[in-house]
Amino acid sequence: MFINFFFDLKQASLPVSLKEYLMLMEAMNKRVVDSFNVNDFYYLSRSALVKDERYLDKFDRVFGHSFKGLENPEGETIKEIPEEWLKLMGQKYLTDEEKKMIESLGGWDKLMETLKQRLEEQKKRHQGGSKWIGTGGTSPFGAYGYNPEGIRIGQKEGKNKKAVKVWDKREFSNLDGDVELGTRNIKIALRRLRKFAREGAETELDLDNTIKSTAHKGYIDVKMMPERRNKIKVLLFFDVGGSMDAHVKICEELFSAARTEFKHMEYFYYHNCLYDAVWKDNNRRYNDNIKTWDVLHTYPSDYKVIFVGDAEMSPYEITYPGGSVEFWNEESGETWLTRMLNVYENAIWLNPIPERYWDRIASTSIIKQIFSDRMFPLTIEGIDQAMRELNK
Amino acid sequence: MKFEGTSSYIATEDLKVAVNAAITLERPIIVKGEPGTGKTMLAHEVAKSLDAEIITWHIKSTTKAQQGLYEYDAVTRLRDSQLGDEKVKDIKNYISKGKLWNAFESDKRPVLLIDEIDKADIEFPNDLLLELDKMEFFVYETGETIKAQNRPIVIITSNNEKELPDAFLRRCFFHYIKFPDPNTMEEIVEVHYPDIKKDLIQEAFKIFYDIREVPGIKKKPSTSELIDWLKLLMTDDVDAKILREKDPKKLIPPLHGALLKNEQDVHLFERLAFISRRENENVE
Repeated sequence: MFINFFFDLKQASLPVSLKEYLMLMEAMNKRVVDSFNVNDFYYLSRSALVKDERYLDKFDRVFGHSFKGLENPEGETIKEIPEEWLKLMGQKYLTDEEKKMIESLGGWDKLMETLKQRLEEQKKRHQGGSKWIGTGGTSPFGAYGYNPEGIRIGQKEGKNKKAVKVWDKREFSNLDGDVELGTRNIKIALRRLRKFAREGAETELDLDNTIKSTAHKGYIDVKMMPERRNKIKVLLFFDVGGSMDAHVKICEELFSAARTEFKHMEYFYYHNCLYDAVWKDNNRRYNDNIKTWDVLHTYPSDYKVIFVGDAEMSPYEITYPGGSVEFWNEESGETWLTRMLNVYENAIWLNPIPERYWDRIASTSIIKQIFSDRMFPLTIEGIDQAMRELNK
Repeated sequence: MKFEGTSSYIATEDLKVAVNAAITLERPIIVKGEPGTGKTMLAHEVAKSLDAEIITWHIKSTTKAQQGLYEYDAVTRLRDSQLGDEKVKDIKNYISKGKLWNAFESDKRPVLLIDEIDKADIEFPNDLLLELDKMEFFVYETGETIKAQNRPIVIITSNNEKELPDAFLRRCFFHYIKFPDPNTMEEIVEVHYPDIKKDLIQEAFKIFYDIREVPGIKKKPSTSELIDWLKLLMTDDVDAKILREKDPKKLIPPLHGALLKNEQDVHLFERLAFISRRENENVE
């Protein structure tokens, strides 16, 4: 059972290793937690297997998938609350006034029926709004709402009676989601970019300082200083064709201006999403394209990868084989992007569209998820954060 | 030995499990989280609750792994040899012990806090791999091996400025302290100020979580800032009514300097508060 879970995690390309798995087994063996409590096991395995908050959400999803149906008997889901039980509770806790309100809605039975229907229709957790069951809304169903005749589900939940499983809450899903919008200023962006390119941890002999210090102290005193060498290597991928061209131009200018700061800089073009080929000259893109496999095999994994694009397309263009608008792609864009991310650990996506619109565009959300939230707006702040991310 | 939280520190269930796993398996635990969520405090509280000694090692950008083990003071020895000092004959006189050495020597199992490990050079964690794994190291100058008498409980905090090497992470437990939800927050405040007025808390919480929700704010106020702010409110004896103030001229909550730490945020907040109040008035 646990082995399967471990392989599920591997499958989801979470960086888990055998050592961590053995560590988890050892902890189970030593009874760190009560092994019959799923919640405790969840906490323990999370602490042992996940080492970066970026992966917490992914872990939660895999955990939920692997251990579906294994939760505590007490950990009932919303759907399993018996009708009579609610009815009894309602009679006990509702004031006469509230009971009248229920009558005004067509009676208790009607309310329960609607609730059932809604539960059937609704498959997701919901917040706000006036129809669905969830929290904070004005629908009669859910908790923390304003509707006095509402059924309160899971508002004052006991420790072992959580309606929603801990890992299903997906609390970590937007851990690094807040990026600021700033003014667009190419010069500052360039300075940030240079700063990024010039950081190095290696040391070299500081001759002047050594001579000075030796004379001062009367013995040879070797002084070292951090080496300021350009050692950053970058692969750039630009989305061309259509609405992106103006933005890509700004971006190209920006990176060419910073070119001398990088040890290596290679750029490629793609359209909408990455598929099996990219090209370097836009005029001859159909003749002179480069296989994406070749890119993956040519440049070692210490290259940093920057995608520039609006990530705005039909979701099919990412998730389905043959989804490309231009040709028949054997494998989906998602496959190619994932491949790219598996090779290059330091990869980010720069998006010229203001951040507040991202969530409303399905394809942008998908790509953001593929990139584990490493999508940044094309602003000073965004570039700054992106570079910091790349430098990690 | 089990950590259950203390009277002055509220530990969530998942944090307890992670810390206890680290204690039982004698492995380091890495604690990450937003600034001000009590990462450093955790080590102190673990030490307090287990009645253990705490040894803190604050990491700076210039800190080297070797400094945690020991340092050999060659310069003093050179000078002493020129002056003919007797001390010079024993090299041990010039070896000063580092924090790790101190922790290894301790009679009772201590808590070793390595604070802000991400501040150091990227190689720093790798240089400590073996030392933290085996809990021993070798002193070349004297030829002795220092082995931990009691494996210390190692708590490492990181602010996520640098990625830590995989090999290092694999040997540790990991916990991300998420920002406390209002219920936990209430417990935390309760622990700090047991006799605070209930209505003051409620109004203050509302303002606090509202500020955290303001889109585009650069530095979100954290738990420690909330605690400071409440303290100020209490010392100034601010009434809960003032916090509920709807007068557009008094948009900004009193003593907001404790919550908002940069002037862009204050401007942004003023602007948003102005807009929202105006909307409220229109509705009324």
